[in-house]
Formats: sequence, structure tokens, C-alpha cells
Amino acid sequence: MKGRFGVFGGQYVPETLMPAVIELEAAFDEAWSDAAFRDELDRLLRTYVGRPTPLTDARRLAAAVGLRRVLLKREDLTHTGAHKINSALGQALLAKRMGKRRVIAETGAGQHGVATATACALLGIECVVYMGTLDMERQRPNVFRMRLLGAEVRAVDAGSRTLKDAVNEAIRDWVTNVRGTYYLLGSAIGMHPYPTIVRELQSVIGREARAQAVDLLGRLPDVVTACVGGGSNAIGTFAAFLDDRGVALRGVEAGGAGLETGRHAASITGGTVGVLHGTKTYVLQDDAGQIRETHSVSAGLDYPGVGPEHAALHDSGRVTYVARTDAEALEGFGLLCRTEGIIPALEPAHAIADLPFVAREHGHDVDVVVCLSGRGDKDLDTVMRSA
Amino acid sequence: MTLTTITGSERISRAFGRARAEGRMAIAIYLTVGFPDRATTPALLRAALDGGADLIELGVPFSDPMADGTTIQRAGEAALRGGVRLEDCVADGASLVSERDATVLLMGYLNPFLRFGPERLAAECVRSGIAGVIVPDLPAEESGELDTVLVPADVARIDLYAPTTPDERLARLLPAARGFVYCVSLTGVTGARAGLSDDVRPFVQRVRGHTTLPVAVGFGIGRPEHVRALRGIADGVIVGSAAIDAVAQGGERALRDLVRSLREAGAA
Repeated sequence: MKGRFGVFGGQYVPETLMPAVIELEAAFDEAWSDAAFRDELDRLLRTYVGRPTPLTDARRLAAAVGLRRVLLKREDLTHTGAHKINSALGQALLAKRMGKRRVIAETGAGQHGVATATACALLGIECVVYMGTLDMERQRPNVFRMRLLGAEVRAVDAGSRTLKDAVNEAIRDWVTNVRGTYYLLGSAIGMHPYPTIVRELQSVIGREARAQAVDLLGRLPDVVTACVGGGSNAIGTFAAFLDDRGVALRGVEAGGAGLETGRHAASITGGTVGVLHGTKTYVLQDDAGQIRETHSVSAGLDYPGVGPEHAALHDSGRVTYVARTDAEALEGFGLLCRTEGIIPALEPAHAIADLPFVAREHGHDVDVVVCLSGRGDKDLDTVMRSA
Repeated sequence: MTLTTITGSERISRAFGRARAEGRMAIAIYLTVGFPDRATTPALLRAALDGGADLIELGVPFSDPMADGTTIQRAGEAALRGGVRLEDCVADGASLVSERDATVLLMGYLNPFLRFGPERLAAECVRSGIAGVIVPDLPAEESGELDTVLVPADVARIDLYAPTTPDERLARLLPAARGFVYCVSLTGVTGARAGLSDDVRPFVQRVRGHTTLPVAVGFGIGRPEHVRALRGIADGVIVGSAAIDAVAQGGERALRDLVRSLREAGAA
């Protein structure tokens, strides 16, 4: 069925938006099969974003976690410092092609907001970013960055005051201004066609990483891992490896204070099936179907749902999903700083923290590709406070 | 109990039929169950009926109401703080039907209904005499999961249509509509507005071209002048945020007065 990943996905949106999501699907399909559109995006990814990003052979990290090779896919080295720019730029080009003069977005950690503000500045499009007030407190530098880039940042002081509430408010804006506004969704979540659009735009990560790994190793890696909040860097990384049955895929969710405490953001490993923000997927909810408040040290993973394709990949068993806690992520953060001279964002620090567990499950003689989805400048305050 | 001798669609059709026979527009009042608190809701619902409401929409609170403006968001937050569940909404609906033979619908987002269980939802509606269900985040394309159980149970699932809905879509979907057709007056979320959207008249006329069911207009409707302006265009109005505002400002009396003024404005 259209827009479905097994039983997951769909378009659970108000009727007001149905014509818009139908129009969006057609516009994306048409653009994506147009060589001129793809060439323009490729040119910008090369000359503006800085692609291809390197695959770094992290030898001291590998030795520290007991793995033969750890190869870091360096999305932290993109312009704006995270993988979010891949999708933001592609969607902003699409918005312009569709004749939309106004772009709205939601942001958690602020990386997607910064990427969207950047793409809109580059293309000359009006940009409004919704952000929860709690996230604005913990990611102040990004709020300032977005404003410098000409975006209007609107504070969302409802519910848990994080990403979930920013998405609600962005959807309300879209419902109100649907005729002239493009909703530039930041993760592989939400109503069809967003999970597919975001996967396609992020799949450049996996395509590059696969070729680079084969080049370096002379064969495919044994394991590929990435952190999963909504799951855009992970689905973009996994997409190229899904048909490589010998490659184990592993998604690392935010375990927060620990799954047993209920204070976490691990939708697959700690959630149940429900409908949130237009899609059927694993969500964190109570027994009455109310969405629960989440917790993670990393704002970018602090979301009570996950992309529907991940939900399907979990059910099919193709991808293994695990959760690492705040404390573990902070350890992973420090470890990468000390062993490789790379300060990661707290989101991929969860994937770094998971590497010793990869060694435990897959043995020491394995080569692992990790998507290092972003850099850690934005998280220095949080890390200093928890030190 | 003998409540089930009349189906949901028949109950809705009877409510609109009575209003039409009296030469006036039907008034549907939405109230969030549990606002301002759980104990007050039954009296407020009776006050709405005393003021002359023809249909009652019981708002089921949800943590993430993406189609609602501030008023209903805040009402829902208060209800959830008070621990209101779908079971409570069904119970209030059942009382209203058994005491007043009222036409009652549940309005809420999909996830709590799914968690409750579609089959259980259908059974509880039939048992309580609840006429229908309105789910603002469930477009026709995704409605199968509920319709599979609601249609055989004769519980009406009311679709919403918007000014953005194109003609071909109306032509394709409206034949399957039951009960009444819910027209969203504007492109936007719920919430009281000063004026009436320019979109309404041409939109309702487009809808009429594809259905003989009663047509009611909601979202942004809250003042007698809105209702007067819709006379001869729509068969009814749905008022939510303005009703909740009235409750917040003056409780039962203010609500009853508001409903009465709306009903008078809708009479020819």
C-alpha cells in the first residue's frame, strides 16, 4: 500500500492537509526523477555542504572498544555540522521548485533548524522554525545561529516543551497556511511522503559510506550502526546496506535514565504501536493512548516516536535496535574526544557508547561503520554541566 | 436496554430533521470532557442541552491535538491532568443518552481510540447509544481500521472536509458519508474567530453538489452573527472553543446563554 512500510506509516492527517501531502508526493516523485534537479542538488552537496564526507579509520577508538576496525562516517564535517543539511537542502530546493515562498520547520537539538535556516538563506526563502522552550534553553547557540541566518524562531511552550510539541505547532501552522507554505520536516517521521523523502535525501550517507568502506577494507563491513531518534541519519545510512544480507545493521536509541525508569526516548525498545504526527509506528504512550513525556540528555533524540520504516525493519528483524543510557552516551562522548580528537554530538555518542556491546555480540574481529551524524559544539554546555 | 433500536445515523438524521422542521439550524456543541474538571462535565452537558443544543460532541482529550487551537489544547491539558480517559467520555455520553435521549458523538484523535480498541469502541458506542465518532486526524484513506467495525455496528464515523478539498475528492468520498457532513470553515485549527471565513459559502455550495446529507459547519464558529450569516447555507453549526470559553468565564449559565443565543440566531 502507498506510503506504508508493512503495517507502519500512512497519512493520519487532518483533511485540510490531504491535498497538500498528495501534491507533495507528486512533486517529489517528479523532481527526484528529473536529472536537472538531481544535478543541482549534487552540485550544492559537493560545493556547499562539502560532500563527500570522509570515512575516518578510528584506530585508537577501535583498540579502546575491542573491535578490529571502526570507520566513522563523518557527517560532523558537513557545513552546519550535522547530516540534517542533506535533507534540508534537498527539501528547500523542492519547496522552491513547487513555488512555495515560505518554509516552516520544527527542531529539537536545533541542528535541523540551523540546516533549514541555512538552506533558506542560500535559496532566498522565508523561514520560520518552531522549537520547544526546554530545547531553546539547552541549545541556545543554535537559537542564535538560526536568527543570524535570518530565520524566525518561534518558542513552543506547550506539553513537554520539546521536539514533539514543536512538531505539533509546525503542523498547526501548516494547516493554517497550507496553500503557500512548505513544511520542511526534519526526520524520517511523520505522514507519507516525508519518511520516504527524508530517506532518499539522506541515503547519500550510506551510498558514500558503502563505497568508501569497500575501498578501505576490500569488502563490506560486518556491522553498520547509527543512533536513532526519529531515525533520519540511521535510515540514510542503512538504506545502502539493506540488501547486503551479511552486514548486520544496528540502531541505537536513547535510553535516558534507563528503560526500567520510564525516563527515556527509546520508542522501539521501550514503546508500543500507535499513531503520532501522521504515522503509525512505535511510540511511547500510556495505557490510555496518551503520548508520554520523554527524556534524553540529547535533545535530538528526545522524541516519543520513530520513523515508520525503522518500525518495519525492527519487526522484520533486518535491523537490531538497542538503547544506551545518558551516562553511557556521556562516556562515549568522552571516549571519542580522547581517542580520536573528535568531539561528537551527544546523539551519535550513543552509537559510540554502543561499540563495546557490538564487540560483545559480534566478537572482536569485526569491522564496524558508525554514522557520526554531527559534531558536539552545541552540546558543550550540557556535557560541562553533567561533568 | 432498548437504546439500540435506533442506529447512530438515524439518531443524527432525527436531530437535524427536528431542527429543519422547526425552521432553524441545528446547533452542535463540543465540550472537552474533564474541563474544567471531571465532576463538572455532566452538569455542563445538561446545560448545553437546556440551552437548546441539538447534538453534543464529547471531546476526548489527547496529549498532542494537532488540529486544535489554544482553547481546546488548554482544556485538554486540564482534562488530562485530572486523569480523564475515554472510558469517562463514554460514561458521560451514556448518561446523556439515557437521561435526555440526546444525540451524542465522540470527537477525538485516533491514538486513544486505537489504544481503547476499535471493536471495543464500537461495542461501547452501541451499548451507550452514542451515535457517532469524529476523528480529525483520520482522513478517508486511513479510515478502514475503524470503519470495519463501526459500519456494521451502525455507528456513524463523520468525515471532515476542508476548503482545500478538491471537487474530484468530494465527488469520490462524499457518497460514503453517513450522518452528516462536517465542513471545516477555514484552513486552520479550531478556535474562536472574529469574522467568518470567505471560504465558507463557496465551499459549502461545492459540498452540497455531492451530497443530500445535512451539512454542518465548524471551526471558528462561535458568535450569533456567524450563525446568522450561515442561515440558508448550512443545516447546522458546530461550536467548540467558544463554548469552552463561555464555560471558563461563566460556567453553566454562560454556556446555556451562549447556546440559546446561537439557536435563536439560527432560527428563520
